[in-house]
Amino acid sequence: MTGARLLVRALRDPGAIGECDWPGLVSAARAEQLIGSLAFRMEGRKVPERIEALFEAARRDSAQVRTQALWEAEMCRRALAPLGIPVVLMKGTAFHAAGLEASIGRSVGDLDILVPRDRLAAVEAALVEAGWEHVKPTDGYDDSYYRRWMHELPPLIHKDRDRMIDVHHTILPLTARPRPDAAALIADSVLLENGLRILSPADIIVHAAAHLFADGDLAGGLRNLWDIDRLLREFDSPDFRRRLEERARLHQLAGPVARALRLSHRLYGTPAAAGRLTLADRLFEARLLARNGWGQERRKLLRFAFYLRGHWLRMPPPMLARHLWIKATR
Amino acid sequence: MRHSLALRIGPVAFRIGSAWRAPLDALARLYAGYPAPADGLCDFTVRLEPERPWRRFVRPSVAIRGDYVLPDAAPLPLAHGLLAAEMGMNLQMALGQRRWLLLHAATVEKDGRAIVMTGESGAGKSTLAALLGERGWRLMGDEFALVDLDAGTLLPFPRAVSLKNGAIGVMEAEAEPGRFGPRLAGTPKGDIRHLRPNREAIARMGERAKPALILFPRFGEAAAVRGVGQAEVFMRLTQASTNYVALGRRGFDALTGLVRTVPALAIDYPDTETAVGLIADFRRELAA
Repeated sequence: MTGARLLVRALRDPGAIGECDWPGLVSAARAEQLIGSLAFRMEGRKVPERIEALFEAARRDSAQVRTQALWEAEMCRRALAPLGIPVVLMKGTAFHAAGLEASIGRSVGDLDILVPRDRLAAVEAALVEAGWEHVKPTDGYDDSYYRRWMHELPPLIHKDRDRMIDVHHTILPLTARPRPDAAALIADSVLLENGLRILSPADIIVHAAAHLFADGDLAGGLRNLWDIDRLLREFDSPDFRRRLEERARLHQLAGPVARALRLSHRLYGTPAAAGRLTLADRLFEARLLARNGWGQERRKLLRFAFYLRGHWLRMPPPMLARHLWIKATR
Repeated sequence: MRHSLALRIGPVAFRIGSAWRAPLDALARLYAGYPAPADGLCDFTVRLEPERPWRRFVRPSVAIRGDYVLPDAAPLPLAHGLLAAEMGMNLQMALGQRRWLLLHAATVEKDGRAIVMTGESGAGKSTLAALLGERGWRLMGDEFALVDLDAGTLLPFPRAVSLKNGAIGVMEAEAEPGRFGPRLAGTPKGDIRHLRPNREAIARMGERAKPALILFPRFGEAAAVRGVGQAEVFMRLTQASTNYVALGRRGFDALTGLVRTVPALAIDYPDTETAVGLIADFRRELAA
């Protein structure tokens, strides 16, 4: 066993890992951005010296990741404070800010926030005022595409700190078939001590499931599914399971959430009321595990199929045709 | 991967996988005499693979990939596969190494005291280090200085020295022909030829040294020496470090420790012989 399969096994049951393809495990974990999570899972276990040194460095590294992520969130809070609007942290930064189990060793790339859609222009202006800049020119096709169809502003990057911010107004592109209730996401969000907010526990999972199974091509999906496993374990209770079902229905995402439960249970052994694996689930599973012990992506055809699916989910066919035409001819 | 090779250089172990045989054969020849990593365990994986599947055969081009990648790194022609492997290893260190503070610097040691030479590309640190390595100093590395985050000592990382353009001839006159790699003509950095460090450098690659002098050499000016204040040294070294920011507080503590305890000089030199002479003087002063 090696690559993604070995990685999943080590995350799920670190005690069962003895002699194994350590370089393959490390390469897969780095490629899937799970090296920090793995390092914490393997803490105190029997690990060869060279690999243990590397895990120790990864654990130390994650303290710095947290500091930087929270600092970036604070910079954003200061920039948006005068607007007096709710600012909801999402994904990695939210996990760190709330000290959730899912934050242990979690990498953080961009800062993701959710704000009310009718205040988007003011938010953008305030961020630009505070030093964030547009990554792409604001008069091209990409920019107008983002503004018209996406669930977020075109990405902004801070000129001094070199960190990106994604400003969302909902959790799926406007062209996707499900229409999540963005107002409810914000209305039920939870205030943190630092003045920022995070989604309610059930909505955090709905968002993670939407991001993984209702949008995009599943690249880096093992980490998103690991988030879901950690979150489900931390929030689990009969009451929470009912609440999650309710919220999934409200946001028209019952399907993706159910799939998240099934696959998280399947790969990470998550205690969840997960049904039996469907045939389609098996394809998702194969896609999630498509990485070998050299860190290379495998199953080219399957990956391409999921790439097409990602576009299909995002756009109705005529729009997809136009989009691919513009991308291909420039 | 079709072909693979594991290498240990100082405290760091690499495995290099390749879609072609030739780059790894060249690498194995260049690193003859280096130990293999124990139990095949490694810190980093480098992959040399075709940019597109058909580019394994048609106008083969080597994409440098691995645990850590630069998204926009340009591929190299297969004839420069050895350079691709070297760049791949450097990249893993620059982007992924968190065990030590990394300085983009060349280091040589004598009697347990090390001189750390850093400066912009073209300042001549590689050439100087290589030359000193043939003249009674131990070459600890020409690319990265590894600073222990707690003890402040330097760990050797004696990679093959990457000689460029004029430096190739200088070193061909100094070192045995068997220690050179092939001459790689017309790379993005001009002509490149790699030189394997001498036997002593390899045999003692587990031996640390204390930093005794930080040197900022600059090639092409009339000989001159000036002291450099701690603030300037600090700023220059933050720029020379690949992981100072990522290490956070520990990086800051290690770097300020280094700057406070180790004297620093900037030297201008018109030719390498002058620089070697200046460095011999410093050594006598340090020992006195």
